[in-house]
Amino acid sequence: MITLQEYLTVAALLFSLGLLIVLFRNNAISILMGIELMLNAANINFVAFSQSLGGLAGQVFALFVIVAAAAEAAVAIAIIVLMYQNLGTTDVEKAKNLNG
Amino acid sequence: MEGGVGIESHLFMDLILDLLPILVKMLVGFFVVLTTTAYLTLAERKFSAYMQDRIGPNRVGPFGLLQPLADGVKFIFKEDVVPNHVHKVFYIAAPALMLVPALLGYVVIPFGDSIELFGRTITLQIADVDIGILYILAIGGLSVYGLFMAGWASNNKYSLLGGLRASAQMVSYELTLGLSVVGALLVYGTANLRQIVLHQTEYWTLFGSIQVPHWGIFLQPLGFVLFLISAFAESNRLPFDLPEAENELVGGYHTEYGSMKFAMFFMGEYTGMITISALTVTFFFGGWHIPWIEHAGLTHNVVAALGVLAFLAKTACFLFLFIWVRWTLPRFRYDQLMSLSWKGVFPAALLNVFGTALCLYVLRRPM
Amino acid sequence: MIILQTLSARLPDILFYLFAGLSLIGAVQVLCRRNPMNAAVSMVVTVLSIAVLYILLSAYFIAAAQMIVYAGAIVVLFIFVIMLLNLSAKEIGRRRYTLFKAFAAFVAAAVGVSLLPGVRGAPRAISEQPIDPSFGSAKTVGRLLFGEFLLPFELTSILILAAMVAGVVLAKRDITPNRTFSPVDAILDLLLKSDRKDKSP
Repeated sequence: MITLQEYLTVAALLFSLGLLIVLFRNNAISILMGIELMLNAANINFVAFSQSLGGLAGQVFALFVIVAAAAEAAVAIAIIVLMYQNLGTTDVEKAKNLNG
Repeated sequence: MEGGVGIESHLFMDLILDLLPILVKMLVGFFVVLTTTAYLTLAERKFSAYMQDRIGPNRVGPFGLLQPLADGVKFIFKEDVVPNHVHKVFYIAAPALMLVPALLGYVVIPFGDSIELFGRTITLQIADVDIGILYILAIGGLSVYGLFMAGWASNNKYSLLGGLRASAQMVSYELTLGLSVVGALLVYGTANLRQIVLHQTEYWTLFGSIQVPHWGIFLQPLGFVLFLISAFAESNRLPFDLPEAENELVGGYHTEYGSMKFAMFFMGEYTGMITISALTVTFFFGGWHIPWIEHAGLTHNVVAALGVLAFLAKTACFLFLFIWVRWTLPRFRYDQLMSLSWKGVFPAALLNVFGTALCLYVLRRPM
Repeated sequence: MIILQTLSARLPDILFYLFAGLSLIGAVQVLCRRNPMNAAVSMVVTVLSIAVLYILLSAYFIAAAQMIVYAGAIVVLFIFVIMLLNLSAKEIGRRRYTLFKAFAAFVAAAVGVSLLPGVRGAPRAISEQPIDPSFGSAKTVGRLLFGEFLLPFELTSILILAAMVAGVVLAKRDITPNRTFSPVDAILDLLLKSDRKDKSP
């Protein structure tokens, strides 16, 4: 019998994994993937609560999150391409020109 | 005890009778689609031959009708080469990733009305999904992975270029494909493909007596043209076959593939064509509906059976169109392809949605 | 017979564990794979598994949106850039310092643990069958989206417009630091120049 708890546990694990990816990785694209994973985890919570409480507002919010993720990915990818053109790498550690 | 067993076996029979039609539909659907795929390759070669004043394959069987069988045997028995410089896992997974989404797509398409057998109503559709068109778009979006994976795993500049082109092209035209049906969805008011066909079985009455079927082509002519353009691009057919352009990229994403793996790419392409043709028929040409057949006084089952034939015939017409266009038109240049998508089809589709919404608002406004 | 019955009763549970496990495995692969292409493909696995979880929660429309937007667009964009820049394992370069990694693992674990009390305190029940069959269909979600949530919906369209403009401006090649740059000119340029060879990512 699957309850809300199982879904929330999966979401919590996914969120921590996403956070770990963001902190672990140097590659800008990997960091972006971590952020997308965290957004997905939040979405699982929205949809699970929507089903559990019987209201659809959670699903609408999940939709908004998906839209925001798409917009974010588009801009971030453009920035990564620019970064690669200017620095020749996508390593975020190398992008420290302002670091004196 | 006795009664309990009786109820148990009764339930069991019910379960079997519920499952059996589904299994039969799945198997028959699978068989029909794969056979059509095989014979589509023959049809392509035959029609291209006639268009170029040749004869085409005629050695195997009468009129070359067993040619697909011979091709299949050849593909299976060819040596399965995996080049040394490829990324093995992706290289092997790519053909499967191309074929599987293509084979998943057609299950939501209704190929006929319902028939009555042994007191049960059996709908002639494998899965009646409420979000039918969204399902097809979602599955169609996955087929791009097979393409780019093949291009990347092959570790070859032509393949990589093919894969790059494929991913950009598919993403662009997926958008226009989705947007071009939005107008039709607004008119029909549902995303369920069966409901869409049922909506098209009604008639307008013109000049007192002439009945015109409610087909999508009359309601959404612009939407149909845009859908067809996007469909050609989505299935990577000429004039949009940039990902595999033979005379620029050798073979594009499948340059490094041979034997059965190549055959799987081939089958994926043709199965995708079948799905998209069936979808065109469902959306714009009344699906299984034969105009004016209600007046013929036939029984429901006969009408349904004729409807299946009508659906197959309509789909075959579009498959012929695919072949016809391929052997008639030259290929687009890549920048032309992209500007057609973003500066031609996309704004036109938006305009179509806007115009349709405006018309519906004016027509359905409470007086 | 009984096997069949129990199987059909347990099917949602089995599917849940299968796809929840797959999504987590995919996420771990994103973490561990050094080759960005492998990471992106693992990401697809995760995204699709989550779509299946949505279907199990009878959120069919969200599942379709997840597949179309995430699997069909966002991850394809990632992969497009990975192929375009031809990033390979060496591009990822050296890893971060061990101390920092330990710290990162600690922070992630702490966040995970801090989420768990919330999980335990959550209302337990999840309805087996949705209250009414249209729950989560495109129609009901759409009604809510264009009714109660119309303003946020319009705001997201502005967000997308902003993202689109940003994407176009960033991807334009001839931005030089010494040229005064105006976004309006950039868009006008783009619209008027008909023979642009590239497209904005």
